[in-house]
Amino acid sequence: MADVMQSPPKQEIIAPGYTFGSVTDQIATVVLTKKTPLFWFAGFSVGLTMLLLLLASIGLLLTKGVGIWGIMIPVGWGFAITNFVWWIGIGHAGTLISAILLLLNQQWRNSINRFAEAMTLFAVACAGMFPLLHMGRPWLFYWMFPYPNTMGVQPQFRSPLVWDVFAVSTYATVSALFWFVGLIPDLATLRDRAQNRIGRTIYGMLAMGWRGSARHWSVYETATLLLAGLATPLVLSVHTVVSFDFTIAIVPGWHSTFFPPYFVAGAIYSGFAMVLVLAIPLRVAYGLQGLITDRHLENAAKIMLATGLIVAYAYILETFNAWYSGDVFEEAAIWHRMTGPYMSTYWFLISCNILAPQVLWIRKVRTTPWMLFLSSMVVLIGMWLERYVIIVSSLAQDFLPSSWGYFHATRWDWATYAGTIGLFIFLFFLFIRLLPMISIFEVRTLLPGARVKEEAKG
Amino acid sequence: MTQPIYGIMAEFDDPTSLVHAARAAYQRGYRKLDAHTPFPIEELSDALHLHKNRLPLIVLLGGICGGLTGFLLQAYVTVYQFPINIGGRPLLSWPSYIIITFELTVLFAALSSVLGLLALCGLPMPYHPVFNVPSFAMASRHKFFLCIESSDPLFEHDAVVAFLQSFDPREVSDIAH
Repeated sequence: MADVMQSPPKQEIIAPGYTFGSVTDQIATVVLTKKTPLFWFAGFSVGLTMLLLLLASIGLLLTKGVGIWGIMIPVGWGFAITNFVWWIGIGHAGTLISAILLLLNQQWRNSINRFAEAMTLFAVACAGMFPLLHMGRPWLFYWMFPYPNTMGVQPQFRSPLVWDVFAVSTYATVSALFWFVGLIPDLATLRDRAQNRIGRTIYGMLAMGWRGSARHWSVYETATLLLAGLATPLVLSVHTVVSFDFTIAIVPGWHSTFFPPYFVAGAIYSGFAMVLVLAIPLRVAYGLQGLITDRHLENAAKIMLATGLIVAYAYILETFNAWYSGDVFEEAAIWHRMTGPYMSTYWFLISCNILAPQVLWIRKVRTTPWMLFLSSMVVLIGMWLERYVIIVSSLAQDFLPSSWGYFHATRWDWATYAGTIGLFIFLFFLFIRLLPMISIFEVRTLLPGARVKEEAKG
Repeated sequence: MTQPIYGIMAEFDDPTSLVHAARAAYQRGYRKLDAHTPFPIEELSDALHLHKNRLPLIVLLGGICGGLTGFLLQAYVTVYQFPINIGGRPLLSWPSYIIITFELTVLFAALSSVLGLLALCGLPMPYHPVFNVPSFAMASRHKFFLCIESSDPLFEHDAVVAFLQSFDPREVSDIAH
């Protein structure tokens, strides 16, 4: 019965022609070379300049207070919380790639998980700054944690804002741990290949004496699986908790039960867009098309399309629910979004998030990098606008018309936002220069030579 | 009795030869043996019978500690240390503790899996004899090594060398302490 069922031949993920040595060299050389490419300096200086803008904005914020931003009652949340939710959402794709796709045995993730996890860390760093800066007195941030104090007060554990503190700090810690554990074998590779003493010492200390022992690998594999199993519910919980910041309030336009799945889908949507925005230029710049192949881009585009459709469904359901609830305030909130002072933003977001990504149905778009890049940029803009509309338009016109207001972003709102993009670029360029941006040992496992040929037992 | 060397190491070019040699060495009765590879190999763990480790137990205990810490912390603060009466609602409002209990469970479990990994592997380890073999730097690139340690009761220098040579390795070398 040999010809009953034949599984189709397995497609190789990595381009043919690579060996253990050549993947190692290609990825490690980017880090260990003495010559830094010109575009690296170009990108790094853009990041650094924008980072200086962030430092200037924070300096002014600490001197003058949050009044330099456009926030004013009733819109107390403005840009800060919009940016917070946007950045946290972007981080989610990294964890999805590193944890959920690992559990699902999607091996194509192996060549994009490292920089996607780095993206997560840096995005969470950017996100974490906003609630702190928004506090007004950021240096007292530790008041959010329960600790014995002479004031005799404690955080309110029934508040979603306190849940958020725990969710985001846990997420940042677990992401950093997962990323570092993944780096250990590659740090050992860099240690063994570094030409100079400084490199050997620093990578050697970070690799902690890893020697690729089979006993270690077996524990290591268990640890990676367990961390992936822990990170999976965690990543779903983080954006759920972020959405609780809204749904547990009674503001019309916020108070609904479908926010958690809607936010998680939106997070993965924008996160994959960011993965593509980073991967497409990177693979061209470093000639990594054989490792980050068109198939990777196409798979990421498919996930983007799928999550985009969930987000589209959520917009439709949001409108339907407002009407079906029969609640005059809910109806008014949606009506104001569509026809009120923020209508242009709303319709722009619908075009970015629902209409534009439909081009991803076309195979040609998914396999043409520059089209995919543009499409991802549109999604990133669209997702930022979504958070802006949810936060600002709901707060601007809630219940009593006498207390309605309007939010104007100031130049410092924009400067802080642009500054965090600068921080992200700055950290990301440092990362690609100092650490292997593709997981070397995981790519080795994808090579045809890594398969142990079955021999006669015994 | 301490041996003059740490062990004997054979270098292979591909995972198949290494797994073959490792399986044979285990069947011959060597137990103090280890392999060094540039990536994890499932069949190698089978050959060396390495599938059981205590990490899941450590992570489970870490997670339980985290969950208890999260729940008891909130219960203690909201019931005893800083009770607030809001319209007569119960002080022990356990449904609102779920999130932080969950987050601390994950946090403690993740921390214990990383610390457990380091502890079970004995890392950080500033010195290890296998690095004395000059070609060992290639273990993190593209070579596969099998090492039989001298502390093995069946260890006999010439017999081990002959045994390892029979698998046609690229090189067999003694590992200095």
